[in-house]
Amino acid sequence: MKRGVLDNRTFPVLLPLAEHLTRRSDNERRYGLPLVRLPGRWIVACAALLVLWAGVAEAQALTAGRESAIDAILKWMPLISRGFALNIAISFIAMGAGTILGMMLGLAQISLMPPVRVGSWALTQFFRNAPWLVLLFYCILVLPFRVTVFGMTFDVPNWLRATVGLTLPVMANVSEIVRGAVQSIPRGQWEAAESLGYSRGQTLREIILPQCVKRMLPPWMNLYAILIMSTPLASIVGVEEAMALTRGALNAERRGDLLIPMYGALLFAFFLYCYPIARVTQALERRHQVTT
Amino acid sequence: MTAPLIRIRDLTKSFGITPVLRGVSFDVNKGEAIGIIGPSGSGKSTILRCINALVPFDSGSIHVGEVDVGAPNLDRIALRRRVGMVFQQYNLFPHRTALQNVMMAPVQVLKQNKAEVEVRARALMRKVRLEGKEGAFPGELSGGQQQRVAIARSLCMQPEVMLFDEVTAALDPETVKEVLVTIRELAEEGMTCLIVTHEMAFARDVADHVYFTDSGIIVEHGDPKTLFSAPTHERTKAFLERVL
Repeated sequence: MKRGVLDNRTFPVLLPLAEHLTRRSDNERRYGLPLVRLPGRWIVACAALLVLWAGVAEAQALTAGRESAIDAILKWMPLISRGFALNIAISFIAMGAGTILGMMLGLAQISLMPPVRVGSWALTQFFRNAPWLVLLFYCILVLPFRVTVFGMTFDVPNWLRATVGLTLPVMANVSEIVRGAVQSIPRGQWEAAESLGYSRGQTLREIILPQCVKRMLPPWMNLYAILIMSTPLASIVGVEEAMALTRGALNAERRGDLLIPMYGALLFAFFLYCYPIARVTQALERRHQVTT
Repeated sequence: MTAPLIRIRDLTKSFGITPVLRGVSFDVNKGEAIGIIGPSGSGKSTILRCINALVPFDSGSIHVGEVDVGAPNLDRIALRRRVGMVFQQYNLFPHRTALQNVMMAPVQVLKQNKAEVEVRARALMRKVRLEGKEGAFPGELSGGQQQRVAIARSLCMQPEVMLFDEVTAALDPETVKEVLVTIRELAEEGMTCLIVTHEMAFARDVADHVYFTDSGIIVEHGDPKTLFSAPTHERTKAFLERVL
């Protein structure tokens, strides 16, 4: 235990927990992000809750002589799945663009030119410390409805503007991940490379960044999990993704007893998508811990 | 008498307001092995770092062959292919195998033919007695083995001078010897070496000439037998009494 306040004599029963918490907070400190953790038994708990909700709704529906909750969910499933596909598309595009921009911004943060360094630092801090929903509203309002390129006019759909809104915080977080990873590489690596004639750019490309990839992967995947779970925010600004379509379906059904099963099904869909990501992230973290 | 390979004149360097070097001058001839000893913080390592342009110096001059290290338009690649450096912490690149570590710089920096570099790199791995460890990653090697890979990595640039910066200070006592043997062989083959070390016995045996530095100046220098057995300055005497 590196930073524990407990030693073996005080409350030995607390030691496993203390060790676990220390490890976890060390990780979070290293990545600068709260880490999403979903232990395996949660799946069971979530599934049990879902069955319970469905059962209650089912019983109510059957006694009232209406369509069962399961049938209703199955009926709306294709439409909501298409919405979910949009959530995934938004998350992919925002993650891809955010990663590319964030890499550039993160490298600018370690630039030797003070204006570049300070500018990119300020940009990173600004977008990292802004609420995602506020950024989303901002982008929806500020970005144009249509753009004209080479005389051709394109409509900019709502979802694309929302994607830009989500790209900005992703960019800022990736920027911090990159800066943190580069700065975690010992200075001796730079010196050794310099003494062998490497330029700064070559050192970054051939020596520093390859070592960073392993360190950046877990927090990057963690960021993706946070992003996909934030995509339903886009429903608030009128994007027809899974959350908005679920609400639409409920409005069409006009049945209060479907509220919990339908939203429960949506929750479960997100869980099924995010849980494997969280597990892989955890596995990568563990492997990283062993090798350092 | 040919011109010295390294010529240092009135070298000064401060970190902030702390003076580290306060006027250091000496020459190194081709094929010489120079030992630099002195207490911690006396500026030994800084001299090596200045020669290699890892840190800029404040005033004075350093020439390595015809390369003026203080010139504003210094050709860094030209300097670094002449001057190899080995560090206390080895600083191998952990994501590459031993052989790749040795091959990287000639291929990527000097753009030399990969097949030719590989022949040379394998020969160097044999020379530092690490045949069979070519595919090992630095993390799988002992400190002494890593340090020998680091020496091979520097040699693969085919330098004219090798700088050794306390290369055994971080090693276990039992692996110090294997590294010192490698350096001794290099010196005996006629490689010009500047060796900053705390291993007094090694400095005495290997160096042709020993410099004792303290508080940023060269207090005393001479051939090792004389300097170690009959030092003339008080500071040298005091230092040698403490470490021997």
